Amino acid sequence: MPFKREEIESLLPLPSATFHILMALADEDRHGYAIIQDIASRTDGTLQMSAGTLYRSIQRMQEQGLIIETRERPAPEEDDERRRYYRITPFGLAVAKAEAGRLTQMVKLARARGIAPERT
Amino acid sequence: MRLYKALLHLYPSSFRKEYEEELVHIFRERRTQMHNPVSIAWLWLSGFVDVVLNAACAHWEILRQDLRYTTRTLLRAPVFTLTAIVVTGLGIGASTAAFSITDRVLLRPLPFPNSDRLVQLWQRNPEYARFELSPPNFYDWRRLSTSFEAMSAYAQAAWNFIGEGDPQRLEGTVVTPAFFKTLDVQPLFGRTFNDQDGLDGAAGTVVLSYEMWQSVFGGRPGVLGETIRLDNSSYAVVGVMPPDFFFPARGGQLWKPLVLGDPPKDARDNYNLNGIGKLKPGVTIEKARAEMIVIADRLAREYPKENEKITARVDPLDARLPDQTRMLLWASLGASFCVLLIACTNLANLLLAKGMARRKELTVRFAIGAGRERLIRQLLTESVLLAVAGGFMGLLIATAVLPVLSAIITIKLPLTDATVLDGRVLAFTSLVTFATGLVFGILPAWRASSGINMDGLRDGSRSGIGGHRERLRSILVIAEISLSIVLLVTAGLLTRALWRVQSIDPGFRPDSVLTVEISLPAYPSRYGLVSTRTVFYDELLSKVRALPGVSNVAFISSLPMTPGGGIWPVAATGANGDVKTVGMRVVTPAYFDTMGIPIHFGRDFIKSDTVDAPPVAIVSESFARQYWPNQDPLGRRFHFAFSNFPFAAQDRVVVGVVGDVRFRGLERRSEPQVYLSDRQLPDRTMMFYAPRELVIRTATDSAALIAPIRRIIQGADPALPISSVRMMSEVVNIQMVPRSTQIALVTTFAALSLLLAGIGVHGLLSFTVGQRLPEFGLRIALGAQTREILSMILREGIVLAGVGVLCGLLLSYYAGNAMRTLLAGVSPIDPATLGVSVVAVLGMSLSGSLLPAIRAIRTDPTKAMRVD
Repeated sequence: MPFKREEIESLLPLPSATFHILMALADEDRHGYAIIQDIASRTDGTLQMSAGTLYRSIQRMQEQGLIIETRERPAPEEDDERRRYYRITPFGLAVAKAEAGRLTQMVKLARARGIAPERT
Repeated sequence: MRLYKALLHLYPSSFRKEYEEELVHIFRERRTQMHNPVSIAWLWLSGFVDVVLNAACAHWEILRQDLRYTTRTLLRAPVFTLTAIVVTGLGIGASTAAFSITDRVLLRPLPFPNSDRLVQLWQRNPEYARFELSPPNFYDWRRLSTSFEAMSAYAQAAWNFIGEGDPQRLEGTVVTPAFFKTLDVQPLFGRTFNDQDGLDGAAGTVVLSYEMWQSVFGGRPGVLGETIRLDNSSYAVVGVMPPDFFFPARGGQLWKPLVLGDPPKDARDNYNLNGIGKLKPGVTIEKARAEMIVIADRLAREYPKENEKITARVDPLDARLPDQTRMLLWASLGASFCVLLIACTNLANLLLAKGMARRKELTVRFAIGAGRERLIRQLLTESVLLAVAGGFMGLLIATAVLPVLSAIITIKLPLTDATVLDGRVLAFTSLVTFATGLVFGILPAWRASSGINMDGLRDGSRSGIGGHRERLRSILVIAEISLSIVLLVTAGLLTRALWRVQSIDPGFRPDSVLTVEISLPAYPSRYGLVSTRTVFYDELLSKVRALPGVSNVAFISSLPMTPGGGIWPVAATGANGDVKTVGMRVVTPAYFDTMGIPIHFGRDFIKSDTVDAPPVAIVSESFARQYWPNQDPLGRRFHFAFSNFPFAAQDRVVVGVVGDVRFRGLERRSEPQVYLSDRQLPDRTMMFYAPRELVIRTATDSAALIAPIRRIIQGADPALPISSVRMMSEVVNIQMVPRSTQIALVTTFAALSLLLAGIGVHGLLSFTVGQRLPEFGLRIALGAQTREILSMILREGIVLAGVGVLCGLLLSYYAGNAMRTLLAGVSPIDPATLGVSVVAVLGMSLSGSLLPAIRAIRTDPTKAMRVD
């Protein structure tokens, strides 16, 4: 789905919490606590996102259309009925990609100046 | 978990409602994984920090949104916005200015450490509520009391100082050495006085004020040890005080030790010292008072002749402001709060009207998911934003009017500059501003957001007409009208009081009298001899009298209505020994004619009334009446009832009776007066009473005489400074300055409130008329006369005004009673004042109703009845 370039770029650079949440939701729908755990495991426990930061980000991301709350539930054995599940939107995915591209570009620039390690 | 849930209330409620369960769930999950107390404590701590920080961020985000939205809506309605800001700014400006001055003078403690323990000591007797102490009484009070950490005495004094340039008259204070210790103040550099400085025969020392150090010594650091000459004696400078130290009054140039004597040699009934003390920690003022009364009683028994009816009085040091000035300040503050209240009710009314008009917009926002709390919050942001803008405007207004306002305090208080806004005042203004925005915004916001539902979106729904909403607005308008009545009545009563004071006969004719004060140096100087003075006076007076345009000229020891006269005890010889007090002044011949004081019986002083002739006196009518009612006072005798003062004890013959003079001021009770001839004063004593005020009655322009008079004085003695030149009418009028300023202020406030009330009435009626246009259209279509419609609207205005006037009259009765001391005998229910105020308010309400009424009768029935 094509999105307006300006629309995407108006959101960049993404706050790191937002980027991490998009990452966590990139492969599957998750509820809040699962997002926190996913982020923690992907960062080897160095980033422990707090509940307040998570839900403030979620609220904003919903307003921005990056994620939606989904009504589809996972398989019954994995489902916790009381939880609210979130899903990345195509727009969210596009924004995440754009942010990743922006970061890659930054790293490239740093490498050219010799202040970031070469790819091994 | 309940604690955590409670903590979540810090979040905006919309956020909490949405995510509470999730947040609790995550917290619970984490909690179940924690087993040792340290990690549980860590969880709680981090949870707490998380909630506080994120809640603050969430609130900030909402605030930012609301501010953006509000700024947009306010800019779209510039007339409303500007009106609201101006209205609020006037209210806040008025109260900020009034608070600034009241705070400085009445609320803030004096700028000394532990100033709550500082007290002023007075003597009192049945006749005088407070008067100065005699040196022996002070000495005994200090010796016998145990409640005080330190006690000291001071008296204001003035000296002739010849430095570089013209001779100057310096005002300052003589103080017992413990004076600075009592106030607990340190010099900027050098030292203050020690006990040796106060001993008889000690080398002369002075402590300079910062101002004198700067002006006379150019701020030279090497000033310590330098000598200055005051009235022919030398004094070494031992210290300089910091720039913000003023005591007992602003404008004092230096302090000099008071040589009290151990024990003092002065008479016990010569009252010339002010006493101050510092209570020991833990000693209450009541306890000190009780102790001092016991001591005074003991002294009254020991010295029945001088101290018989004298007891002690102990006041907090900050109560030194005259009651009337105090009252004026409170009245100004009260009036300014009235204006603030009126301004706020107007703001509330404007917001109510706007809120009602915005029902549709609010309903739309409600429909897209904004909760009521969110709507109220939005509306409150708007009212607070308006109040803050008004607050800024108020600060500008206050800065502009403060200098005018501070003229109310004409007396010299030992306070720092009162015309600057400082942190305390800014804090007050911020508080008032936010209170205004919140308190007067919450009601309109509540009203505007109540009962919002989807029906509001239907076409043609009549947004926001509810009986109780209009009732609320009517109550606000009535409150405004009542308060303006109070202010108008107050302004009116104060004006009437001023007229009454102005019409008081001072007992002399101040017009066309020029006065010049020449500072004769204190003894030892050649002016201590009567013969020298007589030559000096005669030469000077004859030269001045010869100037064109001078019709008469004389000298007096101190002008009426200025401080410096003596209050002396007298007893009529042969009478029952009853001692009364009189105002004593010393004059040269022709004083009474020059001042326009009538000589009722007998004669003026003549050149032959010298020390070699029998002592004579001229007394005022009330003096004669008091001692010799219905008898001829001429030839009667009296003496001054001082002990140990041979001059005073001489019998004096009354040779003339003159009219009474209000020498204490127009509004104060003055004692009967006694005048003595300068030629009969003893040599080398009583220099304080040597006539130094030249009074000149002129037939032409007085200003043209000043230069030749100056030349005559300089020709007579180039070392004599001229300390002040003024018209006698200025001396009289200066007493009216606090009153006139006060009236100008309250009248401005009253006019402002009247205008605001008019705007209030107009706003309310415009709104209701606007809402009722279809009804008027229908009535007109059905044949209603213009007159009927007109009277319907006007009646509404009059009813509002009527109720407001009634409440206002009731309130102003209380206000008038509360400030009775300011009214100079004018009744608080002065019919003329009340009448004028009521007419003014009714007139203003009527004008406020007129435009809406005209709009109503011009209704085009066909248009008005069409559903919009």
